[in-house]
Amino acid sequence: MHSRLRCSSSTQNATANCQQETALRSSCFRGKQNSEKQQPPAARIGSTSVGRSFTSRGLAGAWHVGKNLRQAQGYASESGNSKQEEEAEAREVMEYDVVIVGAGPAGLAAAIRLKQLCQEKGTELSVCVLEKASEVGAHILSGNVFEPRALNELIPDWKEQNAPLWVPVTKDKFWLLSEKHAFPVPSPFKNQGNFVISLSELVRWLGTKAEELGVEIYPGFAASEVLYEGARVVGVATNDMGIAKSGSRKPNFQRGIELKGRLTLLAEGCRGSLSETVIKKFQLREEAGAQHQTYAIGLKEVWEVEEHKHHPGYVLHTVGWPLNFSTYGGSFLYHMDNQQVAIGLVVALDYKNPYMNPYEEYQRFKQHPSIRPLLEGGKVVQYGARTLNEGGLQSIPRTVFPGGALIGCTAGFVNVPKIKGSHTAMKTGILAAEAAHEALSSMENPNMDAYWEALQHSWVWQELYSVRNIRPFFHHGLLPGLVHAGLDHYVIRGRLPYTLAHGPPDHECTEAAEKHKPIQYPKPDGVITFDLLTSLYRSSTNHEHDQPPHLHLVDKHVPETINLPKFAAPESRYCPARVYEYIANEDNKLQLNINAQNCLHCKACDIKDPKQNIKWTVPEGGGGPGYTIM
Amino acid sequence: MKIMVAVKRVIDYAVKIRVKPDKSGVETANVKMSMNPFCEIALEEALRLREAGHASEVLVVSMGGAQCSDTLRTALAMGADRAIHVSTSHSLFPLTVAKLLQALATSEKPNILLLGKQAIDDDANQAGQMVAGLLQWPQGTFASKVQMDKEAVGSVTVEREVDGGLETVKLQLPAVITTDLRLNQPRYATLPNIMKAKKKTITQITPEQLGVQITSDLEILEVFEPPKRKAGVIVASVDELLDKLKNEAHVI
Repeated sequence: MHSRLRCSSSTQNATANCQQETALRSSCFRGKQNSEKQQPPAARIGSTSVGRSFTSRGLAGAWHVGKNLRQAQGYASESGNSKQEEEAEAREVMEYDVVIVGAGPAGLAAAIRLKQLCQEKGTELSVCVLEKASEVGAHILSGNVFEPRALNELIPDWKEQNAPLWVPVTKDKFWLLSEKHAFPVPSPFKNQGNFVISLSELVRWLGTKAEELGVEIYPGFAASEVLYEGARVVGVATNDMGIAKSGSRKPNFQRGIELKGRLTLLAEGCRGSLSETVIKKFQLREEAGAQHQTYAIGLKEVWEVEEHKHHPGYVLHTVGWPLNFSTYGGSFLYHMDNQQVAIGLVVALDYKNPYMNPYEEYQRFKQHPSIRPLLEGGKVVQYGARTLNEGGLQSIPRTVFPGGALIGCTAGFVNVPKIKGSHTAMKTGILAAEAAHEALSSMENPNMDAYWEALQHSWVWQELYSVRNIRPFFHHGLLPGLVHAGLDHYVIRGRLPYTLAHGPPDHECTEAAEKHKPIQYPKPDGVITFDLLTSLYRSSTNHEHDQPPHLHLVDKHVPETINLPKFAAPESRYCPARVYEYIANEDNKLQLNINAQNCLHCKACDIKDPKQNIKWTVPEGGGGPGYTIM
Repeated sequence: MKIMVAVKRVIDYAVKIRVKPDKSGVETANVKMSMNPFCEIALEEALRLREAGHASEVLVVSMGGAQCSDTLRTALAMGADRAIHVSTSHSLFPLTVAKLLQALATSEKPNILLLGKQAIDDDANQAGQMVAGLLQWPQGTFASKVQMDKEAVGSVTVEREVDGGLETVKLQLPAVITTDLRLNQPRYATLPNIMKAKKKTITQITPEQLGVQITSDLEILEVFEPPKRKAGVIVASVDELLDKLKNEAHVI
């Protein structure tokens, strides 16, 4: 282990870089939450925050639910430290050969492969994995029908090592739903050889394997800042802990730590907060001629169903109802073991109707006559939500930057027609590890260019290439999309000479509210369908309530002047955690209230806000959902 | 002076718990566990006493299966000097815990034994009081303030939260103190400390080595969820109310 502790003033370099950025939405995103008492930006000397303004309101939150979700109290101002204060408070530094942000399938696969290579080649590399969740797997949510292709490469004897792949797929069904009926259609999936799993469980297992090999995994630590030396990424820093909502320091204040790596791998999952800043800073999409990323949101519950209704290995997907013909999405229903069933709905975020509420659509879906009977008599075990990337090949940025690389969903490798991304995420982790090991053993200034090369020659690229036109064609509607998908899948197999482009970015697709009618969603029955706050309680989400809210508004006026009047407050509808609410203040005017404590870390707001006014930053480590079998 | 802190591994307070289908207990498989919040507060108080110079060593103990070591590592990462793991697979009820703590206190001879006032899984609120009785030590329970004077050596002043308000007691050492919520806010374990904690020792010991036989007068028969609340009924008149109270609810 090559880590040493010493103090440094590398924050100074980061500061200097920050101030060179010209864009208002600076890509050198500091995300720091320590601050002095609130001051208007102009009054600060040597301020490091670039033009962001926040506001403090003394609004009391207007909801109560369960004993674990405490009352929110409006949101407080965040201002950067004065330069003097920052320099006085230099952070401790820990040094590693490789720093990985995110203990998910990609991050852990990379860590494991690095240590395996060290064993094979007799080298020694120190590897550190930072995870913002309180434990490995707690922020992992996925369908999941798992293709073991990458796992077979990484740990060939996973079965002997008791990997939690207990349930092979036995039945593969596909239905087209109308409001009252279900029409079976030949399943386009080839799921033989795949397993119905809980990805959180698999990730926990990967975590123990990584630790056995000597990887240092630190859950409860949120990487909030990318560290630069010149134009090179040299590591990350965790955020300060113990800051009160007002911005002052609490008695248990702890300064963040800098983790310097000779190489840094960002494996934050879809729409990673640090990855987004790095992609912007190094223009990684432009470099690769890539389009913007497109996204969907997935809502999921795990139910314990009555025994006679449970068929382990049964896999069902549906399209159609409750989504209309111009909204892309569909449902999944997978029978796991332990009498448990994973059931969820995926809704693409390029929907036009601002009144769309993905959570309510999911509740509606469960009431379908062919779905409801399965759930009757059952109990919900967990609930959660997460966005996923749908851009496929067209949206993959250059995955390498000076000093590091992007792996997994944070770059975006989901095979949308197959609805699988875990296997590709793991493979990119493996490829990155192989390139990193080579670079660290042979280069003075290691770079990851070999990873970008290897990626483009790997089966990940081939797979994504062959399905690249299926999702984009759905811009023409559900039926044309299905027809084209059938053709492309069975006949053409991706061998068209062109590549279709995506439509506009998701946040630009939302149309003005006046063009649409509000959707009347049915009331929850408390048996099969539930109100959002009841579901939220089942996600075990929690944050230290006395901390500055981690959701930042670039312009504090935009919610009341644009989101509410023009778009009817879409954030109050697409957020699966009721973070955003408009509440009447003393003058009877509606004002945005942010219940940051509810956040599920799904990133939907960062993606779908029409003016991109909401920026998701990472809260104090250890907070967020507590998924265990999602 | 030595301080011994007892910590317990419980289901994390933010988790939504479920009862096992066979009603034998609460589901703990695939459920997030962490250190009991009141135990964290007790540990934090011990660390503060050491930092103020009143103690030289903070020893943390926990009892149970192999995963207790996770909790002990967290305690070491927060700053405890060493840890003892009493290894057993039996289910432990408060009196047994008290007897084990008594045996440990007899051999380790701490001046203060700090515990959380209760664990959030059983809410028993018994172990601290029982071990004080077994050791014949004074006890300051539900502590919201703990003060040691450099002058008044050999005693500790504890402010307790009681039903009527606050009560201040002065205890001769050695003493047992159980901590309440408002005593302090526990510190975060920092990354460097987590790393340093890996090198600190966790001593393994069995109940037999302590000379304690694990028996119990308690047996859990059944665990079930509270019955769902029935909807209320709005009555039209006082007569109707009296009628329902007498004939339906049978309370008058």
